[in-house]
Amino acid sequence: MANLKTTEKKTKAQSMGMHTEVLTGKTQQKFFNPDEAENFYYWGTYDVDFNKRTDLDVKDLDCKQANRKIDELMSQGYGTIVIKNPQGKHSLGVGILNKLNLIFEGSLGYFGVGSIDGPMVRVNGRVGWSCAENMMAGKVVIEKNAGSCFGAAIRGGDLICKGSVGARTGIDQKGGTIIIGGDAGAFTGFMMQRGRIVILGDVGINLGDSMYDGTIYVGGKIGSFGSDAVESPMTKSDIDWLKRKLKVAEIGDNFDVSKMTKVVAGKKLWNYDALEPTEKKGAI
Amino acid sequence: MCGIAGLIHRGKSSNVGSELQLMLQALKHRGPDSTGYALYAENDGQNFIMRFKVGENVGEGSTSINEDSSVYDKRKKMVDQMLSELGAKVIKEDRLTPYSFRYEMQFNDDLMEFSKKIESIESVEILSIGKSLELIKDLGDAEAVSKRYGLADVKGTHAIGHARMATESGVDIKSAHPFWGYPFSDVSVVHNGQLTNYWNNRRVLENKGMRFMSECDSELIAVYLAEKMRNGATLEEGMKDSLSGLDGVFTYFVATKDSLGMAKDTMAAKPLVLYESDDLVAMGSEEIAIRSILPQEIDTYDPFDGEVKVWQI
Repeated sequence: MANLKTTEKKTKAQSMGMHTEVLTGKTQQKFFNPDEAENFYYWGTYDVDFNKRTDLDVKDLDCKQANRKIDELMSQGYGTIVIKNPQGKHSLGVGILNKLNLIFEGSLGYFGVGSIDGPMVRVNGRVGWSCAENMMAGKVVIEKNAGSCFGAAIRGGDLICKGSVGARTGIDQKGGTIIIGGDAGAFTGFMMQRGRIVILGDVGINLGDSMYDGTIYVGGKIGSFGSDAVESPMTKSDIDWLKRKLKVAEIGDNFDVSKMTKVVAGKKLWNYDALEPTEKKGAI
Repeated sequence: MCGIAGLIHRGKSSNVGSELQLMLQALKHRGPDSTGYALYAENDGQNFIMRFKVGENVGEGSTSINEDSSVYDKRKKMVDQMLSELGAKVIKEDRLTPYSFRYEMQFNDDLMEFSKKIESIESVEILSIGKSLELIKDLGDAEAVSKRYGLADVKGTHAIGHARMATESGVDIKSAHPFWGYPFSDVSVVHNGQLTNYWNNRRVLENKGMRFMSECDSELIAVYLAEKMRNGATLEEGMKDSLSGLDGVFTYFVATKDSLGMAKDTMAAKPLVLYESDDLVAMGSEEIAIRSILPQEIDTYDPFDGEVKVWQI
């Protein structure tokens, strides 16, 4: 197998015996080889020590500078970083792919902590639109309210908002769990494909519109069901899971989960199970 | 994209000119083409303030046609003559730019007929008429417009503003926000979004005698609300009606002499962050707008889909 790091771009594809034409730019193919150590290295990650703690005041930094500073601190082994004065700035704490305790002492703007894979995040404030978009793993806790598109397209992890959230929460959700302590807006679970959404309060119109799969639990009133979203009976395993999850999320003490409404896909618009092999589903 | 911001101080006046400038400047990335202010200022309330333009700003990426500045003088003279014929008494006049004017005047007749006659003069547009409203809009960002028109020291109770990214119509003052709620004094509107039944509504409203000065879809909101109020609806009733009457995606603010309102479409497709306390309500397309005047940690929230709120000073 050719060494991809040392092979010239021009000859890389041919060296791998896959192409005769020259592939340039981003159009390149790599093949997994378990003998090469580089294939087990998660680029852009750091080994951090949770006991190594520091504060970072981002009052006078823009989002790029702040994110680079967080990266720099992680590279120095800091495992607990407290961000002071985020003041509603956009795109803070994005793209963190390793374990980390990240605490924001204030509110975030749009696209906060997006595309993360593993960190534990606590926001002692509010978040704007599209918080934790594309999250792969980890836990994010928002102490106050959140804007629209909360947890858009997340694939895993726990995303918790103790207050209320805007419209399209969990849009295109592909896995993981979203838990809302308050109310949620219109089109919650719009086109969701996997995962679970738990709303302790009321939810707006068109709940679960065009959802492929996944489960939504609602504690309060439902504005209306979206296309192909249907009510399903609560089972004991639902109740057990909800009790366990809410305890971990530290919200909903004494909340009677057995009275929640369970909403699933009617599968008349789409039958997601028919679209891909069973073994692939398990990995999602 | 566009960014909107608004604030209302309840029970007191504040430096709304500089506050709104900070809020709109924080939203500059949402709309760098033009900026507009509707400031409800501490005027004596006796005379009408008329803001009008006799031409366009042809700099800063404008899509307008370049005109010789001498035509502005001719149009101004025609406006002065028309005012005299209509029986309006000009108390004070300021020329703020070669094409933009602020007149303080006394007038007691129907504002709709008055406006029609003034605007019958070529290229003349009344930006606003009111006893409190000072509506200023021009090309450039919030700081540039504020500096050009001397807005930093304007004191008042409430204000709304807009940072525009031109998508549906040209880069010019006539398409910039806020829009005056013609023919009502002291009514202004700013909008973020797109309206998809603009032409249907426009045809109906024009047949009812309402006037459109631009081809900007957002102007429809001002005209729509004005027509509802002309027929006896309250501001809040008109706004609630607009949720079904207007099609598309929108978050808009409307202000009158003593109130400020917001409405969000039923799909909640456009953002809005709101801060509300006993003495101040501040809102904007993004939280950074609010943080520009309230840097301390505060509780904010997103209004839900189909929500209408109105606050009094």
